Parts: sequence; structure tokens; C-alpha cells
Amino acid sequence: MATCSRCASPIGTETYLLEVENALLRAGFTDVHHVRLCEVCKREAANQGQATGATASPPSAELPTTAMAVSRRDFVTRLAGVASVAGAVAVGLSAATGLASPSEPRKHRWGMVIDTRRCVGCQACMVACKAENKTPPGVNYVVVTNNMLGERPEDKPVFSAKPCFHCEKPPCVDVCPVSATFKRKQDGIVVIDYDRCIGCRYCQTACPYGARYFDFGEDYPAQTGDGAYRPPSPEYNQFRVREHGASPVGNVRKCTFCLHLQDENGEYDRAAGRWPACAKTCTGHAIRFGDFLDLDSEVSRLIRQHQTVRVKEEFGAEPNVLYLL
Amino acid sequence: MEVFAERIKSAFWLVGGLMFAIGLLGWYDRFAHGHAHAAYGNIVVWGLWVSVYIFFIGLSAGAFLVSSLVYVFAVKRFEPIGRLALFTALVTLLLALLSIIVDLGHMGRAWHVVVYANFNSPMAWMLYLYAFYSIILALELWFVLRTDFVRLEPTGGPGARLYRLLALGSSDASEVRIAADRRIVKVLASIGVPTAIMFHGGVGALFATVASRPHWHSGLYPILFVLSALVSGGALLAVVAAVFQDGVRRHRELILDLGRLVLALTALDVLFQVSEFLIAFRGGIPGHTAGLLLVINGPFKEVFWIGQVLLGTLVPLALLALPTRKNPWAVVVACGLIVLGVFAMRLNIVIPGLAVEEIRGLAATVSTPRITAHYVPSAAEWLLTIGIGGLGMLLFGLGERLLPRTQAEEN
Repeated sequence: MATCSRCASPIGTETYLLEVENALLRAGFTDVHHVRLCEVCKREAANQGQATGATASPPSAELPTTAMAVSRRDFVTRLAGVASVAGAVAVGLSAATGLASPSEPRKHRWGMVIDTRRCVGCQACMVACKAENKTPPGVNYVVVTNNMLGERPEDKPVFSAKPCFHCEKPPCVDVCPVSATFKRKQDGIVVIDYDRCIGCRYCQTACPYGARYFDFGEDYPAQTGDGAYRPPSPEYNQFRVREHGASPVGNVRKCTFCLHLQDENGEYDRAAGRWPACAKTCTGHAIRFGDFLDLDSEVSRLIRQHQTVRVKEEFGAEPNVLYLL
Repeated sequence: MEVFAERIKSAFWLVGGLMFAIGLLGWYDRFAHGHAHAAYGNIVVWGLWVSVYIFFIGLSAGAFLVSSLVYVFAVKRFEPIGRLALFTALVTLLLALLSIIVDLGHMGRAWHVVVYANFNSPMAWMLYLYAFYSIILALELWFVLRTDFVRLEPTGGPGARLYRLLALGSSDASEVRIAADRRIVKVLASIGVPTAIMFHGGVGALFATVASRPHWHSGLYPILFVLSALVSGGALLAVVAAVFQDGVRRHRELILDLGRLVLALTALDVLFQVSEFLIAFRGGIPGHTAGLLLVINGPFKEVFWIGQVLLGTLVPLALLALPTRKNPWAVVVACGLIVLGVFAMRLNIVIPGLAVEEIRGLAATVSTPRITAHYVPSAAEWLLTIGIGGLGMLLFGLGERLLPRTQAEEN
């Protein structure tokens, strides 16, 4: 049986508490999932997190030692650090795990709360995403599903917008044979290095949410032929123009929470319109975007005040997009 | 019967050459248009090429494990088929490489796996094991054949030049050296057995560890992969042994023995697969049964019922168990059917496992052939696959001509 990392009392069934994770993240733990807390300690940690707010006053004195919280990934990185003198392979390795300073605390936990009651199924988010990211046919970073309730055909349909969930434990990341996809340390956004990705599509099989799309190199009719309109995509601020054989054609692509709209400090600015395109355009204001680490953000308030659900919770991916039903 | 075997050989060259030529169209299309003409999409993300890949590496691992009966366990009765098994393993491994490399979005970046290693990825491990296994296999085959290259090179017969090249400058065919070679082969083969099991079991794990595709997510999968590899590899060897060089004339008993081996392995394989179905359906969790329901009652249920069950299992089991088991040609037919049945099984692993939308209603969100749970391999995919099959036949044909017979066989 698991024991509490703080008071060592046995833990039965564990419940999920976002505030606890946030408190730990703020305290500098890069991977909070290897910390196990009993219910009492969870509440205390959460209260501490509430009290300290965004400042990084650490509950770490009482929380487990770093040694206990070292994640497998950190461990691999440290190994790689030791081996880096051995040559290019090891250099590639430490670059691959992408952790220049493994203890750098997380600044943001970007995520969404999507209110299905407010979604009218207009698909404006899908259009806005296309317009923003210039994605080709068959590549849709956000889709709107429409599920009628089978037993109650007279009911209204349930629409829900579905971007990438930028999971806390993304199953897609670990399977990549070349470490081309990873979760950014500073804000948890799951990204793809187009120049490294070999296009094997293993990550697509591993994603439980269908959030990843392969670029088959196809174009919309207006983009084909001479003098066609081929706009560069602002994704990752790389402004690539799609061409046969050149990335991102032949790569897997996905939603980035429009991170190219962040400023140099990694901040979005809603008032200035630098905000993920789908959330910015949502006609019913169903898609709420924000930082779960900021306890005063709209999304943090929403999950405090309402019962939220996360899709396919049993897969353990811990999505950062939550739904209100 | 001998005339029949000769006719088969001519037909074999013709068909192989034709298939290879047709395949050139597929290669052209793949290089000129990338993945644009492939029919897989963003729900069924892997298709025919991945199925063909796991089929070929299964054949390779299976043939290699059968060869270990000779080179590790010194089973005398399989002696004549040892080098044939290694050769088969090498050729099918090469075909596997071709089928998977065309599936990559960026073929030229395959080397990234070495430089940007991710040791958490089952696929990365599969590729390292692929490399290690291919080195072991090539070395072992070379040490098995070395003295024959040296011995045959001065005779000036067909392929003397090739033999000289392949001998890599070695010219020592003394008894001492032969004995030393044998020891090296035994060591290599002993390393090769766990490598082949890890390699192909690892491919099973590559699928099994993907929790988000419940059709694959089973502890039986890695074992089932190894078992199916043994079944298909052993069966292919029986077919190859019947046609290759002296064919049935010399290998009659050996083919009957292989038939018995394949019968036992197939029975075990069936047991595992039945278990997979029974547990999933009695449990009844929709996610677990969705893929299996597609297998038994989906748009391609014939692949399962006719390809896998009837022709790939029931008919060959009958041929191998009834008195026809004493007729080498009946055994060869049964084994050929089993190989095709395993191919159907590989398709039924990859495609139905993916053809279930991850989120209900996902396929209906956008009207595009890239976001649909329906997949039929396109002409471009088939052409390239046929070409790879044709190349395999040509390589087998060359091997048939040039692979040195053992001295015992020549006498």
C-alpha cells in the first residue's frame, strides 16, 4: 500500500486535487506525480498554496525531499549529464530531454475550461484555428463533436470543442522515439520539434484524445497551382511555408495553445488579442483559457466553483482541459 | 514431381520480376508525392505498410528461431535447413526495413533515432534491437557460409566472383578454422535467440503499451507476437525448403518434421488468440471489444473469417493433422496457407486496433478522408507492397541459385 510522502500514513483511494498539484509545482517540483499525499496532508498543502498565492513561498520544508521527488525523467537527464563527455550521442540525449535546469519551477499551467452548456456548435473555433495556424485539410487542432444522447432523442445535442488537452502526463511524449515532442518545462504546453520529428505517427496512436494530426502534404484548392495563396504559418514563430518534402509536411502536428502569441516572457495578453484563437473567437464564450497556477484566473475560479470533468480520466493522462456539463 | 518443381521455379522468377516492376510505380509515387496518395489518415494512422512490416519481421524472427534449433540446440534432423533459415531471416528482415522506412514521414531522418534517443520509447528500443539483431544475423550467416565461399571460389562455377567478394579476403578452410567458425556460430546464435525474442516481443510491446488503443493493450500481445512469428517463420521455411535447390527430393523428411512443428505451434497460437477474445467479450468493456467486433463483424470480416480462420487456421490444421501430414506437398500447401493467415492476422492487429475513433463523434467533426475510421489501402500502398514482395521473391531466387549447399548435400 502506498504511504503518504509527508506523514508516512497509509493511503487508501486517492482523490485528485488540482490545488495540491499547483502548490507542489509552485514549490519547484518538476514532476508532482511521484509525490503521494494522504487526504489530510493534501488539504494542508492546498491551503498553504491558497495562502501563498502566486509567490513561491515553498511548503517544501515539510514536503518530501527532492531525492524522493526525483522523477524518472530527471534521473535519465542526470545520467545523460554524466555521460555527456562521451560524445555526440549523449549530447543529443540531454538536448532531447530538454532540461537545461531541471529544478526551474513551472511558471504557468495553461489550460482550458470548456462549458458545453455554452457551446452552440457554431464551429467558429475551428475556423479561427485554421485562420490562425494555416493548417492544411485533415489537420484540425480543434474540432467540435456533436453527440446526441442516444436514449433521449428529443434532447438537445451536446456539443463540445476539443483542442489538445496538454496533459500533465502526456502519453504521446514518452513514446516518441526521437524525443521530438515534449512538454515545455516553463508552462506545460506540449510541442513538436518539426525538424526532429521523423513522421512515424506513434504519438498519434498513443494520444487517447485524437489531438494529433499528420500533415499529408495536401492543400486546399485555393492553395494549389501557380500563383496560389500559400501563407506561412506563424506556429512556433517559425513562419514556415508548406512545401513537398519539407517540414511540417510529413510531420505530426498539434494544437500549441497558439504559443506564438506569447510575448518574450511567455505571457499572453487577452486585452491585446494575444490569446489562443479558439478561445478568443468563441461566440458563446464556452472556451475559457487561462493559467491554473494563477488562483485568480478565470479558469481557476471556474474549477473551484463548479464540478468539472476530465475526459477519459481512467487513462491517467491528467488533461489540462476540463469540461463543465 | 521434379518437373513440377522446376516449373514452379520459372514461374517464381517471372512473378517476382513482374511484381518488382509493378512496385517501381509505387516507389515513384512515394518519392514524388510523399504520403499524399496513401489512404491512412489521422484516426487509422498506420495501415498496410506497418502491417507488412510486422509480418516480415515476424517471418524473420521465426525463421531465425528455427535456425537456432540447428546452431544452438544441435538438432540433427533440421541441419539441412539451418543456412536456409538464416538466409530467409535476413531477406525478410531487409523487406521489413523497406516497408517501414516508406511509412516514415521523413525517411531521411531515420538516423535521428540514434542521435536523439528516447529510452522511454518502445519504438526506439525496437529500432536498436532491430540493428543489433541484424548485425548478429548477418555475422552468423557469414560464419556459417565462410568456408563454403573459400571452398567454392576457386571452382570458377556460377557466382565464384561473388563468393570471393563475400569471403572478405579470408582463405583459410582448414579443419581448425572450421571448428573455430562453428564455435563462433554457436555463440552468435546463442546471443541471437534472446535478441530475436526481445526484438519481436518488443514489437508486440510497442503495440501493447499503447493504453489508449485497448485492442492492443494486452499482456498477451508480446507473447502472441513471438508465437505468431514462430508459426509463420516455421511455415515459410517449409515452403522455401520445398522449392529451394534440391527441394522436396532431399528435404522430404525435413518438411514433414517442420509440418509437425508448425502444427504444434499453430495450436498454441490459436489457444492464445481464443483466450484474447473470450476474456475481452466476457469482460464486455466497450473499449476492449470495439476492435474485436470490427475484426469479427466489421467491413472486412472476411479477412478474419476466410483469411485468418478458415484458410489460415482450420484448413492447414486439418492438412497437418490428418493423414495428409505424410504428404510433403500437402504440408507445403498447409504451411503456405498458414503464412497467408498470419498476414491476415497482422492486418487484423494494426487496422481494427486503430479504426475506433478516440473520442465519440470525432470522425463526424470534419468531412475529410483523413479524419475517418474507415481505411482501405490505396493503390499506391498496394503497388509498393507488391514491389517489396517481388523484391523478396527475386532475392529468394538469387539465393536459390547462389547460396552454397552444404558439403553433405553436394556429395
